[in-house]
Parts: sequence; structure tokens; C-alpha cells
Amino acid sequence: MMMALPPVGLEHYLVLAAILFVCGVLAILLKRNAIGILMGVELILNGANINLVAANHFAYATGDGKPLLTGQIFALFVIVFAAAEAAVALAIFLNYYNNFSTIDVERASNLKG
Amino acid sequence: MFAAWSNSISTPIGGAVGDGFIGLFQLWLGRAATPMERLLEDLLLIAAVFLPMVLLIAMMSIWWERKVAGHIQSRLGPNRVGPIGLLQSLADGIKLLLKEDLIPAGADQLLFRLAPYLAFAPVFAAFLVLPFGPNFIFEPRLNVGVFWILAILSVEVLGVILAGWASNNKWAIYGAMREACQMVSYEIPLGLSIIIGVMTAGTLSMRRLGELQGGGIHTWLIFRNPFVFCAFFVYFVASLASNKRAPFDLPESESELVAGYHTEYSGMRFSFFFFAEYAAMFVISGIQVSLFLGGWNDPAGYIGYASHQWMHDPQSHKLALLLLNCAAAGMFVAKCIAIVFVQMWIRWTLPRPRIDQVLYACLKVLFPLACLLLLGAALWQLLVSERPGVPWVDYQPYQWSAWQSAPAALVVQGILALLGITGIAAIVGWIVHAVLSAKDVKKRLFQIKPASHVETA
Amino acid sequence: MNLSPHGLIAAISMGNVLFYAFAAMIACAALVMVISQNIVHTAVGLLFTLLGVTGIYFLLDAEFLAAVQLVIYVGGTLILIIFGVMLTSQSQRSRLGPSLPQVMVALTLGAILLIALVVAIHHVTPTLARSQPAPGEYPMDLLGQALLGDALAPFELISVLLLVAMIGAAYLARGRKRSNENSGSRTP
Repeated sequence: MMMALPPVGLEHYLVLAAILFVCGVLAILLKRNAIGILMGVELILNGANINLVAANHFAYATGDGKPLLTGQIFALFVIVFAAAEAAVALAIFLNYYNNFSTIDVERASNLKG
Repeated sequence: MFAAWSNSISTPIGGAVGDGFIGLFQLWLGRAATPMERLLEDLLLIAAVFLPMVLLIAMMSIWWERKVAGHIQSRLGPNRVGPIGLLQSLADGIKLLLKEDLIPAGADQLLFRLAPYLAFAPVFAAFLVLPFGPNFIFEPRLNVGVFWILAILSVEVLGVILAGWASNNKWAIYGAMREACQMVSYEIPLGLSIIIGVMTAGTLSMRRLGELQGGGIHTWLIFRNPFVFCAFFVYFVASLASNKRAPFDLPESESELVAGYHTEYSGMRFSFFFFAEYAAMFVISGIQVSLFLGGWNDPAGYIGYASHQWMHDPQSHKLALLLLNCAAAGMFVAKCIAIVFVQMWIRWTLPRPRIDQVLYACLKVLFPLACLLLLGAALWQLLVSERPGVPWVDYQPYQWSAWQSAPAALVVQGILALLGITGIAAIVGWIVHAVLSAKDVKKRLFQIKPASHVETA
Repeated sequence: MNLSPHGLIAAISMGNVLFYAFAAMIACAALVMVISQNIVHTAVGLLFTLLGVTGIYFLLDAEFLAAVQLVIYVGGTLILIIFGVMLTSQSQRSRLGPSLPQVMVALTLGAILLIALVVAIHHVTPTLARSQPAPGEYPMDLLGQALLGDALAPFELISVLLLVAMIGAAYLARGRKRSNENSGSRTP
């Protein structure tokens, strides 16, 4: 049973990243808690990171024999960005909670109509 | 040597390749191991060596803590169960196992059960990279050894938070939040002092750190320059706080009647948290020892010398290498125990500061100090010529000719090494004096004074 | 194909088993995140997703990145998120899930997106065949040199960004409700 599966290639990692991405989009669409939406965004970022690191691992190496590192550096910066963005987003959510007494984004309809 | 023993499977998790334990496995069998054999070897090592070792370390630490606490407080500590109370932890473990498994009705069932494992598993995973000897590293190929330990210990904070939240108890969540705040804040000076040591050594790999310090006590990283010397103490204080050890153990005893984040935990679940704390004490001592205090090397540098000689031809020196690794492991564990003893000593001596004083110390004292030390260490590396390379492999550490390109470094290292030896000798002498004079105290306390001054009714 | 037991065992490459194990963990945790109505359960699902992604990074030989993921994501961002959850927690009875039309629309969109992505991946990957063997490890000093060499500009800019984010978040979250209450109570 296990032997019928081919060795794990780039395709598998990309499909895994796609699954994470779609789960993140679903979380953003389905969650009413603002922090749940933020967690969906983190899922999307993680999917993108897996994409970058897997592509880095399976891509052509640079000409002078040193391994390619662009994908990992890109992913490193994405992780740091995600942390900064989560901090600012949570500050905004705290303000929202203080003003509306709820963290439900369905109630954020002051600009409607 | 690394590359010669690695093969096509490139995953570091899928079986330790290279000259860790599996190196010895290859030595004894005489051929390279297949992936499944490596996996079985790894699982056997974890189940039969690492897990018992971690639990034994935790049990012995708990016993020793109670003995140290007792003797510092002029009492005896556990002395009934087994000789000098050695089996006390075993008895306590049996008692905790037999207790009723109590889960509060309003607690989150899944998270309440999950939290102890989240607290214990990272500490256990950190043991994977502790270098017990030149060949006794479970995963020697991990290039990021020191950073990995730092990273995995930050998962423990989540165990604490979830334990507090899932208990459905005001005191628990209050304690858990303060706990998490303290642990996360102290990770900053912790990381900075590790960076100082790593920058001086030039490598993150635990194995290479041990090799770099193999040339005798003057090659130990703590004596490399005065900034690393101070960074060791910054790391020591920050690691005490990060591990919620006294004097930073506010959440465990600040709400003095209840126990903070593990208020609602009883029986075996509580013992998971307990084990996690004591195993983490050993792990952070292990980082200090391997990063600053020479790892598995003895002060004379003989282990490094012998290891270098015998690794040229491992096949014909199998038994000698095994014995050498055992001696190196003994040295490593002895140094770790010494630091754990100092941690316990501090716990039972110093009073406990408030939470705002704790955070003040972190953010306004330790963090700027660590930044300044980082700047100083970086400038030192730029301005003072150092003797790079691995002792015995690249240069002979006891020959004058090897140091002629870096005389300033030798002078500084020599002075700091003398300072260190004097300090250690002073502390050991102080402890010996205390032990010897305590015998007088015990004798005096047990004397029955004549009751001549007592009035009869 | 070598069908003897030894060949079978050799064919179960460790990379295979571990990849599927971590992928299963990630998929289950992400599913828990999407489905759960309890925000703390969602956060724990995110924790296990991040741990699974760490394992994936280890399988891809990106050890430093895996450790960075643990320190920053799990030990920083996730703790921040959980603190935010605790600070904005609401009573249990006020949580209602999304309504059925919303769920149907979301699932349809998600399914379309997933199918489109998987088809695109199948279409693209044959052309990305590797021409040189994968490096067994990525040396740490190369990463350091790249960060301070080729990627120096983003490295410096991101430190500025972190400073700005820190100041902004501290300013935004400093809490103004107290001043509103005070000004309200001063009216006679």
C-alpha cells in the first residue's frame, strides 16, 4: 500500500500549500470573530511559505555550486511580516472591542446604507 | 567525516545520519544502516535511553531540591523512604498516579487534558540536541542546535496559557497570563545572550561548539572575552525567569494559597508540569554548559585531544571511544548538576520580587545590558585578533607558537580563566566550609541543655 | 520493482511517511480551525498547523526556518493572538455560527479555488523538474551572508517596519475608553 505511492515531489508540497490556502480563505469567510479571521490570514501566509520553501528546495541551484536560498529568505521575511501584521491587527481589534463591546464583525455595519 | 557517513536520504528527522549514536551503530555493525533500521534504532534510543533519562533526571532533581532546601533551612529534608530519602520521588510518583483524576466540571475538557503534554513535550524534544559527548549526540546533523532549543522552549508558554485558561478558574488564568508575560519577556535577554555566545563561537551547531572548547579551560567560550563572561550571567538570570524558577516564581506562589496556572491539576497531570519544570532546568543548564562552559570537555582538554586522536581511525578504537564518550557524558552531566545546584541554592536564599519589579528587571536592566554586551562582543571580534579554529585540529592550544598571531586574545583568555578558576574554587570552598560547619550546628542543636533556669510551679 | 520484504521496507522512504504524517496533521488542524465555533479551539488548531508546518520545513532541509517559525510564529504571534482572544472574550451564549447560505457560498468558493489550484499545480509541475540534486543541507553561514549581502535592503527595512509596527500597535492599543468614562462621569 505504501509502496504504490511515488516519492514525495514538489507537487505534493504545492498541493499541501493549496489546501492550507483554501482553509485560510474558508476561515476568513466563515468566522464571525475578528481574531478568527486573523487566524485565517495566518493560515494563508503559512501556505504561501510552504510554497516558497518547497520551490526553493526543488528548484535549480545557482551556478557556483552554492545552494539556492532565495525562497528561504523570502519565507523568513514573510514570517516576520506576519508577526508585525498580527500585532497591529490585534491592536485594531482591541479598539474595536472597546468601542463596540463585541468582537463580532457582523456588528461592524456603521458605514452601511 | 560527516559527508562520508551520510547518504542519499536528505531528511534530518528520518534517522540520525552521521556520527551520532548511529555512528557508533555503524562502527559496531561495520556497515551503513538502512532507513528502517535507523528508525528502529532512533525509536529504541528514545524509548529506552532518553525518556528514562529525562524522567530520572526530573525525579532526582526533585529529591535533591528537597534535600538542598532542607539543609539550607537547617533541617534534613526527606530521609525516611530509602537511604537518605532517595526513593522519596518514587513514592511521590506512585502516590500521584493513584490519585483521583479530577477535572473541573466547567473546564474545557479537551484543552485541560492537552495542556500538560504541551508543557512537557517541548522540554523532552530539547534533549535531542544536548551534546553529552563527541559521539553521544542524538541528532548531530542539526545545524541549528542552540537555536532549536530556544525555539522549542518557547512552545512551553502555550502549555502554561492553555492550562490556565482551560481550568475555568480565575486564579489560574490570572497566574497563567502573568506567567506567559514573564516567560515571553525574558526570552529577549535570553536570546540576546545566546547570540553573544554564538557570535563569538561562529557556529550554532552543538557538536561544533563542544569541539571548539576542547583545548583546555582557556578555550572555553565564557573566557573568550569579558563581554561573553558577563553574557553568561545575563543568560543565567534570564533563564531562571524563563523557567519560572525562584526568585521569579510568582505565578506559583504569588497568589499564595493557590498555585497559579496548575491550580486545578492534580495527580499525574500535575506531575507532568512538575517534570517539565525540572527537566527544563536541566536543559537550560545544558545550554549554558555547552555554550559557555566547555560542554563535555574537561578543564585540561584531554577529552578533546583523545577524541581527535582516536577519530582518525574509529574502527580500531571502538572501546576506547565508547569509554571516552561515557567520561565526556559524565563531565557534561556533572557541570549541569552544578548549575542546577546553584539554581536551587538561589531559590531557597533570595526573596521574591513583585511582578512589576520582575518586568522592570527584564526590560530596563537585562535587555539594555544584553544589547550593550552584544555591541561590545561584536566590536571585540572586529578589533582584537582571535585564534580561530578547533583546538587540537587546527592548532595546539598549549603551545606558545599557536598563539603568536593572537597574543592579546591569549592574555585576556588567560586572565579570565584564572578569574574563573578562582571563582569556582571560592564557591566550592564556601560550600565545603558550610557543610563542615553544619555538622557543628547539628551537634549543637541536638544537645540537651540542663534545665537549671526553669522555675517549678 | 523489488517486492521482497526488504525491498518493500526500503521503498517506504522515511521522507514519504513523515510527509504524509505532517500533511495529515496540518490538514486536520486546519479543518478544526475552519469548523470550530470556539475561538480558543481555533487557536489550538492554529498551533498544531504551525507545528506541522515546522515539520514540513524540516523535511525540506530548512532547519533554520523551522526554528524561526517556532520562535516567531508559535512563541510570538500565536501567544499574541491568544492574549487578544483572552482580552476580547465574550460570554458563551452570544456566539452564533455563520448562517447556512453563508456556509454554502463559502464552501462553493473554497471548492472552486481548491480545484483550480490543484489543476494549475498539475499543469505546471512537469516543467519544474530539478536538474541538479537537492542539497543535503543549507549551511548557516550562507544564510547569514545572504541576509547581510544580497538581502541587506529588505533586512534593514524590515527592522524599521517592526519598529513602526511596535509603536503603532502600542499607540492603538493604549485604551481610550477610560477617558470616555471619566468625561462622562463629570457631567452633573
